[in-house]
Amino acid sequence: MSDRKFGVETLCLHAGQLPDASTGARAVPIYQTAAYVFDDADHAASLFNLQTFGNVYSRLMNPTNAVLEERIATLENGRGGLALGSGMAAQMVALLTLLENGDELVAASTLYGGSYSQFDVTFRRMGIDTRFVNPDDPENFRRAITPATRALYAETIGNPLNNVLDIQAVADIAHDAGIPLVIDNTFATPYLCRPIDHGADIVVHSATKFIGGHGTSIGGLLIDSGKFPWDNGNFPSMTEPSAGYHGVRFHETFGDFGYVMKARMETLRTLGPSLSPFNAFLFLQGLETLPVRMDRHNSNALDVARHLQAHPYVEWVKYPGLENSPYFDLASRYLPKGAGGIMTFGIRGGRDAGVRFIESVQFLSHLANVGDAKTLVIHPASTTHRQLSDEDQIKAGVSGDMIRISVGLESIEDILWDLDQALSSACG
Amino acid sequence: MSTHKGRGEFVDDIPGIRRILKNNSRIAVVGLSANWYRPSYFAAKYLKDHGYRIFPVNPKYSTILDLPCYPDLHSIPEPIDVVDLFQRSERVEPFVEQAIEIGTRVIWMQLGVVNDTATKRAIESGIDVVMDRCMKIEHARLFGGLNLFGVTTGIISSHRPETLRQGSDRQ
Repeated sequence: MSDRKFGVETLCLHAGQLPDASTGARAVPIYQTAAYVFDDADHAASLFNLQTFGNVYSRLMNPTNAVLEERIATLENGRGGLALGSGMAAQMVALLTLLENGDELVAASTLYGGSYSQFDVTFRRMGIDTRFVNPDDPENFRRAITPATRALYAETIGNPLNNVLDIQAVADIAHDAGIPLVIDNTFATPYLCRPIDHGADIVVHSATKFIGGHGTSIGGLLIDSGKFPWDNGNFPSMTEPSAGYHGVRFHETFGDFGYVMKARMETLRTLGPSLSPFNAFLFLQGLETLPVRMDRHNSNALDVARHLQAHPYVEWVKYPGLENSPYFDLASRYLPKGAGGIMTFGIRGGRDAGVRFIESVQFLSHLANVGDAKTLVIHPASTTHRQLSDEDQIKAGVSGDMIRISVGLESIEDILWDLDQALSSACG
Repeated sequence: MSTHKGRGEFVDDIPGIRRILKNNSRIAVVGLSANWYRPSYFAAKYLKDHGYRIFPVNPKYSTILDLPCYPDLHSIPEPIDVVDLFQRSERVEPFVEQAIEIGTRVIWMQLGVVNDTATKRAIESGIDVVMDRCMKIEHARLFGGLNLFGVTTGIISSHRPETLRQGSDRQ
């Protein structure tokens, strides 16, 4: 006998949650508590020693967050999840659980600007060096690996270039080197792509985007595939007694969820970027409708991309769902349900026209976010990527004429109308 | 001897594992370590705390977890329901033979312990077999606890969770 494999829509609604044991509440209760009572001294000792599973303190675990953690882990086909205070915190916790002073990371050069800065500035200051490579040729990752490299890092869909990664090829290169591949799956969501199915070992999300889906809350998620062989000799901190937690050997004690336990009990516990249970509740509300929302984001985005491609005031459109995109084949393989809600285009007239466009939209929102139910527009060169040098902007694929759109769920005719009138104002 | 035997099945699904954990309370833990940080100690302490009667089996010790420790399965003076094996895969067969001799109902091979020959032998003797799973993790998965740590349980249900504490006066 084997247990039923449920579909993704069912898992979005049910995974990780049973009706509340004491009240029968069907919705997930918000456990707004900092701490939890112990039954007696021995129970407390067992909890601290991790000999029994239970709640201690909401920096480490919270029953509302736990529903979100199990749900996202289930949706990503992973073994365990961890909720964090932001997407940046998820990325940091994922990597600082693996990397220490003297270790190296190889990352895609096309990352979100904040991710790039975390590695290039903050991690470097901590003695962790990142080599950035063009991810279009997976072999670039192999060429940058040294004996000190302990992880590869890339996005399923790059931000804002909309480049699609050949996840399986990069995963194979990571595994040849005995190191894990960490994937930021924010733009795709597990509804469009499950990187673990293509060889990724760890997945991170900014839950702020499509998972929350309504632009209400900041949060991040980390998922452990449970498949990486941490006892391969490259990760003594997974197999030796933990200096950060009572001498526990995470790999031996927790087996295929040892990594996510180490992320929780060492990295989250000592650095502290926890997610508020109220935000976890809002992300759970978002996940319930993820499949229907993503289907509409996909179809609206494809309509917008085709419309812009034919528009006289538009120089170019980058959307991997377009047949003339250099990433169309990769998108067909890794994103078969659709290429997501986000695209960039070049406005005729360059940087100045870009600024005029942004200032001319009527209901499209000018702000630094993506993945909202509302359509969002931004000019990356002057906002999200402005902290990068001109040279690093070009490496990240940001040009002065580039506008990024996160296509929302409004009436498609209205989205196209607002784009048209703003293009006319900017370029007419 | 146990009052009723196992079914002689390889058990790998939620209803089957739930049945084993509910219907059996006396567990011989073969290869139990007295070191608090070893996985076998974690598991045995957890199961003891959840109301199971634990019978440590390890010739190296006289007591573990404040319980008498036995050199082998035959030395245990009571019937045993489950023989829980913390042994290397290639070393389980003698313990499976002992388990058959003492009439256990279930042989449970821990996470990472896989031995198809021993499994076949046990099933032919009418013993239920669970393999490559941790008894603590499965209890916490099916009766609450593992979910608190964001680890996947595979449970999809619209019913309140079922808790399980063997032979207990404490809810």
